Amino acid sequence: MSPQARPLTEQEAHGRRGRPITDHDAHEISHVEALSYDLKIRDVMSNVMRTASPEMPIEQVLEILRINRISGLPVLENDILVGIVSLEDIVRAMRNNDLTAATSQYMTREVVTVVSYDPIVNAVRTFTEKQLGRLPVLDENRKLVGMITKGDITRGILVALEKDYKEEEVRRYRASHLFEDVISERTTLVMRYTIKAGDFTQGGKASSHIKRALLRLGADPQITRRCCIAVYEAEMNLIIHTTNGGILKLEVEPHRITMSTTDDGPGIADTEVVFEPGYSTATEQVREMGFGAGMGLVNMKRCVDEIKLESTVGKGTRLVMRIFIPNQTVGVSRDGQNDEPSKNY
Amino acid sequence: MNLKEIIELVDGKHLNPEVDLNIKIRGGCGADLMSDVLACSQPKAVLLTGLTNPQVVRTAQIAEIRAIIFVRGKQPQVETIDIATQENMPLVTSPFGMFELCGRLYRAGLPGFESNVSSS
Repeated sequence: MSPQARPLTEQEAHGRRGRPITDHDAHEISHVEALSYDLKIRDVMSNVMRTASPEMPIEQVLEILRINRISGLPVLENDILVGIVSLEDIVRAMRNNDLTAATSQYMTREVVTVVSYDPIVNAVRTFTEKQLGRLPVLDENRKLVGMITKGDITRGILVALEKDYKEEEVRRYRASHLFEDVISERTTLVMRYTIKAGDFTQGGKASSHIKRALLRLGADPQITRRCCIAVYEAEMNLIIHTTNGGILKLEVEPHRITMSTTDDGPGIADTEVVFEPGYSTATEQVREMGFGAGMGLVNMKRCVDEIKLESTVGKGTRLVMRIFIPNQTVGVSRDGQNDEPSKNY
Repeated sequence: MNLKEIIELVDGKHLNPEVDLNIKIRGGCGADLMSDVLACSQPKAVLLTGLTNPQVVRTAQIAEIRAIIFVRGKQPQVETIDIATQENMPLVTSPFGMFELCGRLYRAGLPGFESNVSSS
């Protein structure tokens, strides 16, 4: 999207569709809107072009319009756009009984143009502001390269929407059927991430990737949420507390998700006390970042069905958490999103 | 409530214009402790916070927060804005303090999306 991207106001959206917008509409609008900034005029304009010259008799222009079933022609003189002749101009000539006159006598000379590398939203604005039906498109050297109509824009957006939709559908389909397509006694998808100690800027990135992957795999949004909160806390623990960082691993199976972290130190002396709310060994710097309040493991425990913490001081720590999936929701596409405030995890 | 209405209510300034503001916000959550956000917030809320580091965005994302408002006119670091833009998370800064902001939004009809944690 371009920096001047401006979201549609409610009134505009309302006016465009002639009825109040629903959530569903709002989602669609923002997608179409995004496309209207992403798609360039050259992507949707028509290249096949008929042109007229200033000397061409109006009746010949009329013939070209009739044969090609179009309603206007750009007028070029030595490759330079000098005007545009539309049916309206021709009607004026007819009224004067002047069909043999040269195009230059009736064409519109002040031509509003757009440039090929602009986003299509610019063309939409120009159409609205100037009340025009077609616009000549110029390239960076001000040479005429095409024409654009409102129809071209609608078609362009529809094609792009269909393409986007298909791509995401195919991706989701492939991912969510992974567990059905691969036949084995036990299929496991393993995701592995190396987490660096002290790397706060990257903190949470692995969890973010995991979230996307789980949703794509068709996991239930509630389960995804629980899993990601637990994984995120665990990821932050590796960053905050370990000497050399560690490995974060996620194993997805149709009936359960296993999350684990392994590190090589410093280790935890008392693996019971760390589960007490408020117990923390975090530094002031970590607390300033909004972590280290002694809630991490408490949070993790609440999100998962099973949690095991093993540690040897000087050697390292291993944390294993499991979430069991009722009725194999992973691998079965489900649309469980709703707007109700959900049970908290 | 639409995010754009919320920005008006709090005299907010949108910090990453690349991100769309056409978002429905269902409730609100105020916290400076990220674990609290993870533990107590419910999806589709706006987060009011005084923290501005990149972790706020990651936390919000994991907790399915839809937008972040920084209180007391705080300006986040560049990394925070970058990650937020990348992850499509609207960032807003408001001159008001946390209490005032919560009050304004609550009075305008935005429910609290913080769950009460039981003693268990």
